[in-house]
Amino acid sequence: MASKTANQSTVPFADAPINQSLTAADKIELLRQMIRIRRFEQTSLKHYHNGSIGGFLHLYIGQESVAVGSISLLGEHDHVITAYRDHGHALAVGMGMNECMAELFGKATGCSKGKGGSMHYFAPDKNYWGGHGIVGGQTPLGAGLAFGVKYKGLKGCCLCYLGDGAINQGAFHEALNLASLWSLPVIYIIENNGYSMGTSQARSSAFPKEGLAARAEGYNMDWDKIDGVSLYEIRAGVQKAVERAHEHCRPTIIEILTYRHKGHSVADANAEKYRTKEEIQEYMNKHDPIEFWKNTLIAEGVISEDDYKTINKEAGAEADAAAEFAIKSPYPDESEIFDDIYWEVDNNTEAGRSGRHFFHG
Amino acid sequence: MPREITYREALREGLDEELAYDDNVIIIGEEVAEYNGAYKVTEGLWKKWGDKRIIDAPISEAGFIGMGIGASMLGIRPVMELMFFSFAYVAFDQMMNNAATCRYMSGGLINVPIVVRGPANGGTNVGATHSHTPENIFANMPGLKVVTPSDAHDAKGLIKSAIRDNDPVYFMESTVLYGMTGTVPSNDEIEGGELLVPIGKAKVKREGSDLTLIAHGRAVVTCLAAAEILAEKHHINAEVLDLRSIRPLDEEAIMASVRKTHRAICVEENKPFCGVGAQISSMIMEQAFDDLDAPVLRITSADAPAFYSPPIEKLQLPNPDEIVARALSIC
Repeated sequence: MASKTANQSTVPFADAPINQSLTAADKIELLRQMIRIRRFEQTSLKHYHNGSIGGFLHLYIGQESVAVGSISLLGEHDHVITAYRDHGHALAVGMGMNECMAELFGKATGCSKGKGGSMHYFAPDKNYWGGHGIVGGQTPLGAGLAFGVKYKGLKGCCLCYLGDGAINQGAFHEALNLASLWSLPVIYIIENNGYSMGTSQARSSAFPKEGLAARAEGYNMDWDKIDGVSLYEIRAGVQKAVERAHEHCRPTIIEILTYRHKGHSVADANAEKYRTKEEIQEYMNKHDPIEFWKNTLIAEGVISEDDYKTINKEAGAEADAAAEFAIKSPYPDESEIFDDIYWEVDNNTEAGRSGRHFFHG
Repeated sequence: MPREITYREALREGLDEELAYDDNVIIIGEEVAEYNGAYKVTEGLWKKWGDKRIIDAPISEAGFIGMGIGASMLGIRPVMELMFFSFAYVAFDQMMNNAATCRYMSGGLINVPIVVRGPANGGTNVGATHSHTPENIFANMPGLKVVTPSDAHDAKGLIKSAIRDNDPVYFMESTVLYGMTGTVPSNDEIEGGELLVPIGKAKVKREGSDLTLIAHGRAVVTCLAAAEILAEKHHINAEVLDLRSIRPLDEEAIMASVRKTHRAICVEENKPFCGVGAQISSMIMEQAFDDLDAPVLRITSADAPAFYSPPIEKLQLPNPDEIVARALSIC
């Protein structure tokens, strides 16, 4: 959970070279990205409540700085994979609101043609490998993406995000061992929002007093702990891990303290039972990363309050337009049920034509 | 020249050729490199190809198979050895959720060209935990392919096709078959210069007219022995159809054989409940009912965990005498 308040300074982190290199336009763009994520999700929530969106909707509201700050550091050979709370990362890597919103609506124009839904966004052309629904299940895949980068002799890394609830899954520990043993350029970012669904960190995880990421010591791996309120701090901290991956091909675990304003998913009926209303209000009022960055940029003279309002308004309009796009888009055709299962069948190869691939009851 | 080589050597040849064919092919598994393979399938490959291509994994199936799935998304073609296919169960989420569904959930943007291979058989007195035959379980999952070679020729030809396949292929071998020899052509006598057996094409291993024995993996060998007994002692000419892969399944070959012989027995070392034979007998009933002169029978392993005690475990698995007896009941 975050500890800084929205009007505290993070000057030392602002002085980091990676932050010093940011232009005013870059800083505004980071703000715009966070706001776009929030407005996208606020709009999606509205349409979830009116019944247009099915299944689960795990909102990222309150955590936007984590994806935006860390992904802003990446280059051509760097990759991203995350869990089911994936809208923020998707927009941060450059996926469009239209295809992301349409996916929530289950439409053919969705990023996964309506086949994946909220938890399963993918954009391999943007080095974005999902969007994975099973807690911790993506963590070996993150090691594999890093393995692939290294095998090909490229200078790159994989940012693999997971929640604090995922750190107790066996697959994660196996991935950590492999990452360190085989020196893979993977960076595990634990987005610690304090709750493993409805179970607090104190009731779900045993860990050293230094924090969750300190478990890395058991795997001879570097680790760090970052306050997620400040983009400067996130960028300065994650950059060190990216350099470690790029220059030394070594993995890192980073715990980023953050907070989700909403429940585990929209279907989380107890979101205000396992957490007090006061706690939620405290984080919304005093530790909101967008508010914090906005105040930072106003203090730096980069933007005015009016600029902020304009960005917010534009993002809201973009989200509304995306919802309109989604509403107007057609549902997938029933004939698509058997597409995208086997590459060989989709591509009508000899292998795809040999034998029966699909069975009927 | 055609050569007599073991199933194990045939697999190794196939792996070796694919390592040469594509730089992105790598082998990862427990003891596959320096130890030369727990069952010596990969013997010599580490010495020849080195640390980059042949990698010893820690005992960590969910970790290294998941890692292979991630790497395959970037175009690496990992061949993952499970020392026993029974160990797939500790990697189940990776093998069922991640390998099988990423393509679908990405709307076809991703494919996962991974091979997971290893022995999936009972009959070696290693107890229930090491004797699982999960071909029906994995074949249940659309997006996966399940391949089960029964002889040296197919072991080589199918492993090569599996590695070149752009979908996840689970390749189930047999420790009992590893030492069995078979005729495998050398590359200079094959058109195209290499042995590629297509996945999804069954093979008639023995022509017959009175009855079709439908099998895969080691059960094919059992069926061939039974067919000899049926011919010699009972003048029944049984056809033996080797499925070679469970998914995709060569439905045409099954129906063609059944329409010719009018009788079928599905034989497998799987457990009976929702076994491969259950699927096939249902399809025969639907598509070739009028061609049948008798009910389709199924012979499977006994519906119990693998018994350790050697003489008893033997009784759990299909054997030629049982096949003969059941065949006589419908012929």
